[in-house]
Amino acid sequence: MSNKIVLTKGLDLPVSGKAELRVAKTVTPDIVAICPTDFAGLTPRLLVKEGDNVLCGSPVLSDKKNPDILISSPVSGIVKEIVRGEKRKLLAVLIQADIKQQGLDFGKKNPKDLDASEIKRALLESGLWPFIIQRPYGIVAKPEDTPKAIFISAFDTAPLAASPEFTLGDRIADVQTGIDAVAKLTDGKVHVGLNAASSSSTPFRRLEGVSFHLFEGKHPAGNVGVQISHVCPVVKGSVVWTVSLQGLAAIGALFKTGKLNLRRKIAVAGPAAIQTGYADALPGTPMSSFAAFYGNNDDIRIVSGNILSGKTVGKEGYLGFYSNEVTVLKEGIEKELFGWLDPIRPKVYSQDRTAFSWLFCGKKYNMDTNLHGGPRAFVMSDSYYSKVLPMDIYPIYLIKACLAGDIDKMEQFGIYEVIPEDFALCEYIDPSKNYIQEIIADGISLMLKEME
Amino acid sequence: MKKFWIATKDAFTTFLHVPGTVTRSGAHVRDGVDLKRIMIIVVISLVPAALFGMWNVGYQHQLAIGGGTALQILPNFWFGFLKVLPLYIVSYVVGLFIEFFSSGLRDEEVNEGYLVTGFLIPLIVPVTTPLWMLALAVAFAVIFAKEVFGGTGRNIWNPALIARAFLFFSYPSYMSGDEVWIAKRASETFADGFTGATPLALEGTAQYSNSILSQIIGTIPGSVGETSVIAILLGAFVLLWTGVASWKVMTGSVLGALLIGGLSNIAGVSAIPFWQHLLLGGFAFGTVFMATDPVTSAQTETGKWIYGLLIGMLCVIVRLFNPGYAEGMMLAILLGNTAAPLIDHLVVSSHISRRNKKINAQA
Repeated sequence: MSNKIVLTKGLDLPVSGKAELRVAKTVTPDIVAICPTDFAGLTPRLLVKEGDNVLCGSPVLSDKKNPDILISSPVSGIVKEIVRGEKRKLLAVLIQADIKQQGLDFGKKNPKDLDASEIKRALLESGLWPFIIQRPYGIVAKPEDTPKAIFISAFDTAPLAASPEFTLGDRIADVQTGIDAVAKLTDGKVHVGLNAASSSSTPFRRLEGVSFHLFEGKHPAGNVGVQISHVCPVVKGSVVWTVSLQGLAAIGALFKTGKLNLRRKIAVAGPAAIQTGYADALPGTPMSSFAAFYGNNDDIRIVSGNILSGKTVGKEGYLGFYSNEVTVLKEGIEKELFGWLDPIRPKVYSQDRTAFSWLFCGKKYNMDTNLHGGPRAFVMSDSYYSKVLPMDIYPIYLIKACLAGDIDKMEQFGIYEVIPEDFALCEYIDPSKNYIQEIIADGISLMLKEME
Repeated sequence: MKKFWIATKDAFTTFLHVPGTVTRSGAHVRDGVDLKRIMIIVVISLVPAALFGMWNVGYQHQLAIGGGTALQILPNFWFGFLKVLPLYIVSYVVGLFIEFFSSGLRDEEVNEGYLVTGFLIPLIVPVTTPLWMLALAVAFAVIFAKEVFGGTGRNIWNPALIARAFLFFSYPSYMSGDEVWIAKRASETFADGFTGATPLALEGTAQYSNSILSQIIGTIPGSVGETSVIAILLGAFVLLWTGVASWKVMTGSVLGALLIGGLSNIAGVSAIPFWQHLLLGGFAFGTVFMATDPVTSAQTETGKWIYGLLIGMLCVIVRLFNPGYAEGMMLAILLGNTAAPLIDHLVVSSHISRRNKKINAQA
């Protein structure tokens, strides 16, 4: 029934600290934050002021360009503070949760009885629309578009990623309802990418109304962008949408219960975590709620997301809107004597053949945030990087086109197909230590600016 | 000037330690490999050729003054070491000074690319090159073949070969003269009847007239590092096994040389058996260490085949059809470097147009 796509390029990082499969904590935060910077491509307009009462599901922000797109409060309570940064840039809206926890009622509906515009309206008014991401550019989708297809990746190959079977295995019905809803938004198919290795056992195999694709390979085989490029590459002028399983579960819950429910199981993992496991939490939960996992250590970095493309938030930060993982890493501020010369470095992993990490296969490393070198111009050739990018793209050509800000070349070399996370491994292996994901992100912002 | 000192100090501290810098964003963890490590692998792979070259300098000197063919490993090596060491000192002092200075000017960390370039230059010049000439060549190469383009990673031509080309075109009589290739002390004279000749003049004399075995072992006159095919193959093994150099470039270059060599045999242009081109002159050294420089070679995998073939073919073509100069590897690689961006451009654009056709056919 489904075709298997074997990806030979990629890399699985042997990093220690995988999250134990148990729910160690249920977090009921006092304060949640809504951070507009989580939403790529949106320009926030504030709809509340300090002291306002909000319910779970009340709109807090809207998009300036597209006022129908709303972002809602995940809890009921009072707007405690509006945090602004330089040039009054809106950084976060903090909401003090109350005890009653009341939510707006959007009404139970069966998505199978609704048409596309009714589903769009339901997603927009409840604040779930931002879960729908468009390719190209990886930004929040435009409601007026009709995508060629919708893509869902049902597995995550990123190092230490949360297991979707564990986090959503008990919410298959919600995910199915979510799929029924989004399926109405496209004329094409809904494609679901499954991991070939676990395709017979995964509960996601039972989803209906979708077209399955099996992927076999190392990270980034689970990235939805990689899957799209092998099923139906994005070209200029065409738009596809992607939704995470997390988003589908929330969408499904909205239609089944009429309530906004953003609760999710998140993995707390990483080599510097004193204990690992899963926590039941809301987006915008302060990181201090996870203190039991990372302890009192000072030299640590707390990342909302995975170790390759997550965002550093620190102990004062908040869980991102899309994030289902918190990773704790040690800051690698120690200098390593003659590290570049030492033939065997038991504590440092390298995929490169110039190091002898391959001798210790199966070993897990306590990776830290050390750059392991200094920034340089690109020296190694394109094929050095393309061995971890299973897409039909010449990575260095695209990166250099982005650096040069050359729109035509970026188009030619495939900017429409990629988002920064697809280049995370290129950045990881780069011996010249460039910030490749930032370069790609800058390239995408330039495209957005020029294409308007 | 302050920037120069900052860059210099930084270069030495990072030489000692991998710095404690942490990632800013994105990939929070990074691989253990850095350019220093990759560059040092190239230097390590050059060591056999360099050590053999030093011994051979002594051995050739002994032959030339009529000292017999005894191997005398240590005395010959010591003689050669003392001859080659000043070349290394000049190469590194001049090159690194310019490198540090320009890095300071650009406000960048010092790139370790010169570790390799500086190690290569003494191996591809005649051992008796006057030091002032070498200093001039190094300065020219580093400034005009590298720094003006923005430093390592941005240059078009291999800087070590530019240094050699500078010597070759500025002091041609010197570079192809009879005596330059073999070191001798001022008081010594060559033995009667000894023909040092131009070692690179192929047919009838010098390198070619030596036995095949000595061409493979490398007991023939020539530039310091280029003579021993065995030592070079040791280096090639290190480079290929660690994946630092591309086997496609090397294989392409060998195939290209065999192809043109073979055609020349069939057409009766040259009496040199086609396979012997691989042993002569700088072919092996150039193929293994210089053509494979990732910065100046073709970037794409298909491009690497074409680039390698082109270099091998050009090398033998220059050797056979050029009345003035018998060796072709230097020019072949420089021409290959020049053509590399074009090769890549063709490979990438044909790939893009094929891909667009495929996608359009699907849609």
